[in-house]
Amino acid sequence: MARTGTKGSGGRGARTSATTPPAAVHDRTSTLSAEQRLELYYWMRLTRSLEERLVNLYRQTKVVGGLFRSLGQEADAVGSAYALERTDILSPLIRNLGSMLVKGATPLEILKQYMARGDSPTRGRELNIHFGDLDRGFIGQISPLGDMVPVMAGVTLTFRMRREPRVGLVYVGDGATSTGAFHEGINFAAVQRCPLVVVVENNGYAYSTPTRKQTLAAQFVDKAPGYGIAAEQADGNDVIATYEATKRAVDRARRGEGVTLVELMTYRRKGHAEHDNQSYVPAGEIERWERENDPVTRHLERLRAEGVHDDAIAAVDARVVREIDEAADAAERSGVPEAADALVGVYADPPSERPLWFREGNDAVVREHERVEGWGTFDAPARGAE
Amino acid sequence: MPEITYLEAIREALFEEMERDPNVFCLGEDIGAYGGAFKVTEGLLATYGEERVIDSPISEIALVGAAAGAAHLGMRPVVEMQFIDFIANAYDMLTNYVATARYRAFLPCPMVVRGPSGGYVRGGPFHSQNPEAGFIHTPGLKVVYPSTAEDAKGLLKSAIRDDDCVLYFEHKYLYRRIKGEMPPGDHVVPIGKARVAREGRDLSIITYAATVYRALEAAEQLEREDGLSVEVLDLRSLAPLDDAAIDATVRKTNRVLLVHEDTRTGGIAGELTARISERSFEWLDAPVLRVTAHDVPLPYAPSLEDFVLPQTADIVHAARRLAAY
Repeated sequence: MARTGTKGSGGRGARTSATTPPAAVHDRTSTLSAEQRLELYYWMRLTRSLEERLVNLYRQTKVVGGLFRSLGQEADAVGSAYALERTDILSPLIRNLGSMLVKGATPLEILKQYMARGDSPTRGRELNIHFGDLDRGFIGQISPLGDMVPVMAGVTLTFRMRREPRVGLVYVGDGATSTGAFHEGINFAAVQRCPLVVVVENNGYAYSTPTRKQTLAAQFVDKAPGYGIAAEQADGNDVIATYEATKRAVDRARRGEGVTLVELMTYRRKGHAEHDNQSYVPAGEIERWERENDPVTRHLERLRAEGVHDDAIAAVDARVVREIDEAADAAERSGVPEAADALVGVYADPPSERPLWFREGNDAVVREHERVEGWGTFDAPARGAE
Repeated sequence: MPEITYLEAIREALFEEMERDPNVFCLGEDIGAYGGAFKVTEGLLATYGEERVIDSPISEIALVGAAAGAAHLGMRPVVEMQFIDFIANAYDMLTNYVATARYRAFLPCPMVVRGPSGGYVRGGPFHSQNPEAGFIHTPGLKVVYPSTAEDAKGLLKSAIRDDDCVLYFEHKYLYRRIKGEMPPGDHVVPIGKARVAREGRDLSIITYAATVYRALEAAEQLEREDGLSVEVLDLRSLAPLDDAAIDATVRKTNRVLLVHEDTRTGGIAGELTARISERSFEWLDAPVLRVTAHDVPLPYAPSLEDFVLPQTADIVHAARRLAAY
C-alpha cells in the first residue's frame, strides 16, 4: 500500500476542521525553475484579479447568474493543474478557475460565459465556469457533485485501453466525498487501475456545512487505504507544495500505478456564491486566514525571498491587468445568443428540435402537425391516412 | 438461415459490432466470466478479452459515468444493467450528465445502456420493472424496446452506432420464447421507426415489447369471435416516437387502444393520447383508451402479478368497448 507524502508542509495539525491556518513553510527543494515559479504567481494573480473583475460586473448586473469565488484557494487550483502535461485532461469544480486558466481557458471565455453571451464557450447554455475543451484538456463539470469522478474514470480507462501515456485529474470538494458517485467512481477507477488523480480540496465548508458534518474521518487521505490506493496530502495554500504532491500522484498514474487521492488543505474565504453572507462561519475565522495564510501573499513572499525582483512581479501584475481589461472590453462587445439556437444540438440526429406551434411565427409547423386552422371542418376523406 | 432466439439475436449484435468496431466495448456486473445473469454476453470475454469485456464492481453510477467519459473520447461503450430496475441508481448520471452532454458542452456521448426488463416472469418488485417512461421524458436520450428477434438485433446495432446515448430495453419474457430468422448481411433497424405488426381496418392497438404478443393474440380472437379487423402497431422506438406511423394507423382505423405493460399514471400511453388528440382529433370516432398495468409495485405471486399486468383478455375486453362506442 503506497501512502506517501502525508507529512507535507500542510500536515501540521491537519484535521478536517479548517479553523487553524497551517504555518507557512518554504520548500526550497522544488524542481521548478525560477521562471516557472513566477509563472505560478501569474496564474494565481490572474485567477484572483479575474474574479475581482467579475465581482464588479456582477454588481453591475452584467453577470446573469451567480458568481463563484475561489478567493484563498488559488494556490490549490493552480498548483495542482500545473502538475499536468498538455495532453492530460482535468475536470474542474466550481472553485477551479485557476486550474482551467492553467489548462488554457482564457479570461475572455470566462467573462463571456458568466455574461451569457452568444459566442461564449457554451453559446449561453451553461453558467459560470461550466465548460470544457477536450483539445486543451479540460471537461466541463455539472452541478450534481461527485459525478465527474466516474466520468473521469471512463476518460482515464480509455487512456489505459489505448496505451496512451496520459493522465486524468478530477477535483472534488470535502462535500462531494459524501456522494455515492465519488465512492463508485474512485473505486471503479482503483479496480481498473486507471491513471487518475482525485484531488479532494478540503476548504472547510460545503455551502454552509462544515467538514465535521460531512465525515468522521480525521482527514480525507484516511479514505485512500479503504480503496487500496495511494494518498498525498499537502498544504493547499502553498502552491509549490500543492504542485509537488500532485506531481507525485500524476507521475505515479503515468507509470501505470493507478489512482492517488490527493487531499489539499485550504480554506474558502468567500461564501458558496456571492449571495452567501457566511453567517455560519465563526467570528474572526475568515479574517485570520486572510491575515495569516493568503496563498498569493505567501507565494509572493517566497519569490521575494528567492530574490525575484519587484520589477518582475510588477510586470506580471501589469500583464494581468492588461489582459483582463482587454478581455472585459471584448466580452462586453459580444452579443446575446439567438433565441432559436436554444433548440439546436440536443442530438446529433435530429440536429435541431422544432419550435412548438403556439410560438408566434411558426404557422408552418401548425399546418403540418396540429392543424389548428382546420379545426371544426372535418376533412378526413381529403387528408386521409398517409 | 436457422431461427435464433431474441436473446441470441442480442448476443449476435454485440459480437458483430465488437468485431466491426474496435471502439465498442462492454461493461457491467458479471458479464465476463459468468456471461451475464441471463447469459446474453456469454462468449464475449473469451473472444475479446478483459479489456473489452469488463466485469465491474456493483456500481451503476460508475458504469454509466465511465461509459460517458469513454464515449467523449470516441469509444462506444455498451453498459449492461444486470436488471433494468437498477438503472434507477444511475438516473442522475443519465439524465443530468449524459443526456445534457451534447447540448451544454458539445461532448458526444455515443453509448448504450441495455438490460433485461419487464414482467410476466414472477420476478417481483425489483426484477420486473419497465422504467422507460422516466427516460423518454428526458431530452437527450433515445429509448428503444424491441419485441421481435430481428428488431432486437437490428435495433441494438443501430443503438451502438448512434452518436447519442440509447437506452435499449430488452424484454426478459421474450428472451427465449421468441425466435426469428435474421435477415442476411449487416441487419440494421433504424431508430424512430414503428412497425405494423398486423394490418387491420376497424381498430388500432398501439403497443411495444411483450404486450405486442398479447395484442396480436387479442386481435386474432377479435377477428374470430367478433369479425373485427384489428391493426397492431409495434412502436419499437419510444424516443423518438414515430409520429407518422401513429398518425397513419389512427387515421386509418379511427379507433385507438393503447396497451403497455408499464404502470398507468405517467406511462407512455398518456403522451400518445395527447399526441393523437393534437394531431388526429378529427379522425377519431371514439375516445382513446388505455390498457396498462395497475398503479402498484409489481408483486411476486403469480395470481397477484397476473392481476396487475395487462392480459390478452383485458385487451379483448377494452377493444370490444372501443369498437362498440
